[in-house]
Amino acid sequence: MTTLDRLVKGQSAIVKAVLCEPAVSQRLGEFGLFEGERIDVVGTAPLGDPIEIRLGSTLLTLRKSEAAGVRVTPL
Amino acid sequence: MPNRSVTVALIGNPNSGKSTLFNALSGLRQHTGNYPGVTVEMKKGQCPVGELTLDLIDLPGTYSLAPRSPDEMVSVDLLLGRRPEEPPPDVIVNVVDATNLDRHLYLTTQLMAIGKPVVLAVNMIDVATARGVTIDAEKLSTATGLPVVLLQSNKGIGIEALKAAIVKSVGQTSHAIGPSLPNAFTQEVATIKQSLNGAVPTFLAERLLLDVGGYTESWLVGKHGEALKLQLIAARTRLSEAGHAVPGAEVKARFQWARNVIAQSVTAPATRPVTGSDRIDRVLTHRVWGTLIFLSVMFVLFQLIFVASAPFMDGIKWLQSQAADFVTAKLPAGPVRSLIADGVISGVGSVLVFLPQILMLFGFIAILEDCGYMARAAYLMDKVMSRCGLSGKSFIPLLSSVACAVPGIMATRVIENRRDRFATILVAPLMSCSARLPVYSLLIGAFLTTGFAGWVPGVALFGMYMIGFITAPLVALVLKRTLLRGETPVFVMELPSYKVPSLRNIARRMFDAGWAFVRRAGTLIFATMVLIWAAAYFPVTRADGTNSEKMVEALQQTVDETGWDAATKQAAEAALRHAKSEWKRDSYLGRAGHAMEPLVTPLGWDWKLGTATLASFPAREVIVGTLGLLYEGEEESETLGAAIQDDWSKDPIRGKYGVPVALSVMVFFALCCQCVSTLAVIRRETKSWSWPVFTFVYMTVLAYVGAFVTFQLGKMVIG
Repeated sequence: MTTLDRLVKGQSAIVKAVLCEPAVSQRLGEFGLFEGERIDVVGTAPLGDPIEIRLGSTLLTLRKSEAAGVRVTPL
Repeated sequence: MPNRSVTVALIGNPNSGKSTLFNALSGLRQHTGNYPGVTVEMKKGQCPVGELTLDLIDLPGTYSLAPRSPDEMVSVDLLLGRRPEEPPPDVIVNVVDATNLDRHLYLTTQLMAIGKPVVLAVNMIDVATARGVTIDAEKLSTATGLPVVLLQSNKGIGIEALKAAIVKSVGQTSHAIGPSLPNAFTQEVATIKQSLNGAVPTFLAERLLLDVGGYTESWLVGKHGEALKLQLIAARTRLSEAGHAVPGAEVKARFQWARNVIAQSVTAPATRPVTGSDRIDRVLTHRVWGTLIFLSVMFVLFQLIFVASAPFMDGIKWLQSQAADFVTAKLPAGPVRSLIADGVISGVGSVLVFLPQILMLFGFIAILEDCGYMARAAYLMDKVMSRCGLSGKSFIPLLSSVACAVPGIMATRVIENRRDRFATILVAPLMSCSARLPVYSLLIGAFLTTGFAGWVPGVALFGMYMIGFITAPLVALVLKRTLLRGETPVFVMELPSYKVPSLRNIARRMFDAGWAFVRRAGTLIFATMVLIWAAAYFPVTRADGTNSEKMVEALQQTVDETGWDAATKQAAEAALRHAKSEWKRDSYLGRAGHAMEPLVTPLGWDWKLGTATLASFPAREVIVGTLGLLYEGEEESETLGAAIQDDWSKDPIRGKYGVPVALSVMVFFALCCQCVSTLAVIRRETKSWSWPVFTFVYMTVLAYVGAFVTFQLGKMVIG
């Protein structure tokens, strides 16, 4: 098990737990990121941050500092 | 018999095509609604349906009804009927994206809890079909208990069905079958509501419990004290122990319900096809190519502004001179004629001439936003902006400020965090707004065109913009480290699918922006130009009793007479110019400028530049008109630019150091906040006078220092 910020481009994972700050957790939740959901890492911005992930049909971007609170199991 | 009106609230995620739908419904019958105490504004429109009138209100795009700021609270209050200025909505139209139904239905479930009739407007049906997604409207309606209309708002498909559904829903009790939250939760909500003596509706009590650290919590805890906070913590702990930790419990319940509904009514291919949007993104968000393309796009924009708008600008200039000539010919000499020809026509005209450039800028930004590229820009720029203590979200307001700081500062509302928002607001005026273009254009045209390579003007303009782009983040960084220290806000952001921008939307936004600029040119600048004109015209009677204007008029007639030989004609013209410049020098404006001269000499300026700059503190575009007034007829030149060049060539300092002085003026204008409208908007957005005053002071100091350094450095370089 690892955290979302440690995944690399092209990797996929299942969310195990969302342990970010409440505001971040809620916002991620509104986009559909919660336990059991599948995430695909699409890429990162030029300086390595923020990261771009696919969640269902939604493309999201979030900072590594925010992704660090998302525990995932890589596929 | 008066039309019965029905209040309809339009709400949906950003990028759901809600604005296109709103425009399609209300056409030209639109206006903007303001709300005291908050800065959010909402578009309101009207749509006649038979004998009814639909009073539409377009709520800002949002992903959920969990308010995190006073502005988001306005939407929630409006839906609940708690806003004093608005009637409670009769019908809520929820616009959802057919290709992202599960996520969009999240908001729908929250809307259902309000208790008003909701019409589900499923938009972008064409994109869904293209991706192999089929939606059975009837089954969706049965599963949700809501009337469902399938739409393609950009082509007007489904609009009539939507209008019919809205009308049919009025007064109906809602049959919505939303998700149910766990019993434990409902009980805790009831307890809390009771302890507040029913001061808030159930909906808000739910938000209070669910949104940890949200706006509802900070508002109500602020009102009812720490005891409420302790109560909330206890309730949340109990829920967590029962396996229903907030906010996760809400999220899971809603998404489960949404997926269930979709399973019943939507057929989609098993694997998601790679869309055209994805393919485009591979290039545009590529670490290297994406950034290069972005920078190129910005550079092209600035070259375009200078080149493509030129024919239009020439047209306006021609109209202006025709009008001035007409007035001068038809009216007798005197204050009125001068006011109209020199104050009004010349002043406002010289501002209107930049409308083409501004429209192009606004159009370009509108295209970027509409097609979805703006979000990528924020994504690409976030790391860089983070280094200045801001986020990628500040990029869009700051980019908008490149056109005009007024809407740019208003756009900072998307920034939830107060400190981030303030920092962005305070540096937005540095972002080289379009009103600086007249100054840059004039001085670059006069001093950096003839005798320089063809690419120099464009690069110089780009350079002036870069000054703003570089200073703004630096100032933001300083602010975030000193006055506006705090925790970092949430950045999580959606990257919407690319879509072909709607020409109608773009045209409307260009028109709105252009009209706002013209109105500003017409009102604020007009008032300023009249004042400047008066300060430059009066006193018209000299100490010895002669009337300056009459003298100038007489000399002008002498010059215009034919039959003179070359020498006599030249002498007459010189006398005319002398009389005119004496008149200006003795005017109130001239006297003020002269008094100020010692202040601006270190910058390499003369009293005319100092005076014009002083006059343009309310609105920077005024400088062009004022310089026009001060140089009018001074030199034997066709244009203002040439007149300035001629005048400077005779001065020991400005003759030798013309380019550094021109640059120092431009740098001053780049860094100074000469805009009453901007300061007024800052006051409105920050709700205090201290921030606009602070902005004015820090920028004026920055501008003076910048201009000083530019001139002195230039002097040293030229030697």
